[in-house]
Amino acid sequence: MRADTLMSMPDARTTQIRAGVADSWAVGLGLVPLGLAFGVVLTQGGFDWWWAPIFSTVIYAGSMEFLAVGLVTAVTPFASVAVATLLVNFRHVFYGLSFPLHLVRGRFARLYSVYALTDESYAIVAPKPRDGLTGTRVLTVQVVCQLVWVLSGVVGALVGTVLPAGLTGLEFALTALFAVLAIDAFRANRDLPAPAIAVVCGLVALVVAKEQMLVVGLGLFVVCLLVRYLYRTKVSRA
Amino acid sequence: MPETVPGAGYVLGALFVMFVVTVALRAAPFLALSVLEGSAVVDFLGRTMPAGVMLILVMYTLRDVDGSTWLPATVGLVGTVAVHLWRRSAALSTVVGTVLYLLASLLWG
Repeated sequence: MRADTLMSMPDARTTQIRAGVADSWAVGLGLVPLGLAFGVVLTQGGFDWWWAPIFSTVIYAGSMEFLAVGLVTAVTPFASVAVATLLVNFRHVFYGLSFPLHLVRGRFARLYSVYALTDESYAIVAPKPRDGLTGTRVLTVQVVCQLVWVLSGVVGALVGTVLPAGLTGLEFALTALFAVLAIDAFRANRDLPAPAIAVVCGLVALVVAKEQMLVVGLGLFVVCLLVRYLYRTKVSRA
Repeated sequence: MPETVPGAGYVLGALFVMFVVTVALRAAPFLALSVLEGSAVVDFLGRTMPAGVMLILVMYTLRDVDGSTWLPATVGLVGTVAVHLWRRSAALSTVVGTVLYLLASLLWG
């Protein structure tokens, strides 16, 4: 079938896949420089290029993969590897609390969706109004993000050191993207206290534990939200 | 492979450990949530968490901003927010913000 006839098909599934791709491409822009950088770090660490897709597929957690290169090169014991992973990726525990996994149908699809629940896929999917979302769209976002990540890692590993130095600033795309998604998420609910609490939690985390800023900041934020929830239910019952 | 590494088996073993811990962390809340299905607190978190999490991620990505990079970062961030409030296109805002950041870095870097 030709591509244009496929696109003109009034097929709900195709529409959802196209919506998912549209949701993801801005994130892809932010992931490319990070993926390239990972490939470069890996090959400079002494690994062959084909390790890049293996690292990116088996772990599939950006910041952890950068760390993994050092951990593996230092022949770190498996128990220490497990603890390091637990600390770096602990923030993912919070994502599942507000990720619409219930939209994804089928056992395998759900397993994939959990496995591919990265910062970026959470950032794209979680702020969206639930009535416009479907499982196909959620999965498309996750597949696109992983493809971009794995492929840019392979390219980075292949081109290695010939990468221009100016590419370093491109990771600002991720900052810009998170700012955009914060605005969109705010528009969806118009709840002012939550982002204000988040900024305070983030600042506290930066001051007390800069290296573990994400875990500490997100943990504090969730605790504050729960306290706020308990307080509100208590007030409304009184 | 680096000379220090004993073999592909070790690398794959270490990667597998990271895989198991990462997926377990990602799956844990869903297992807990199946008990709390449809509860008011989960609904509350679903509405209030995303915007705050995004702000914390913004702060996280800017954690290493220092004396030489704060100006480009501010220009990039203000540009991103301004374009987004104006045109409401995530892709456009991201691209414009990043280009502003790169230009500002060249000017003040």
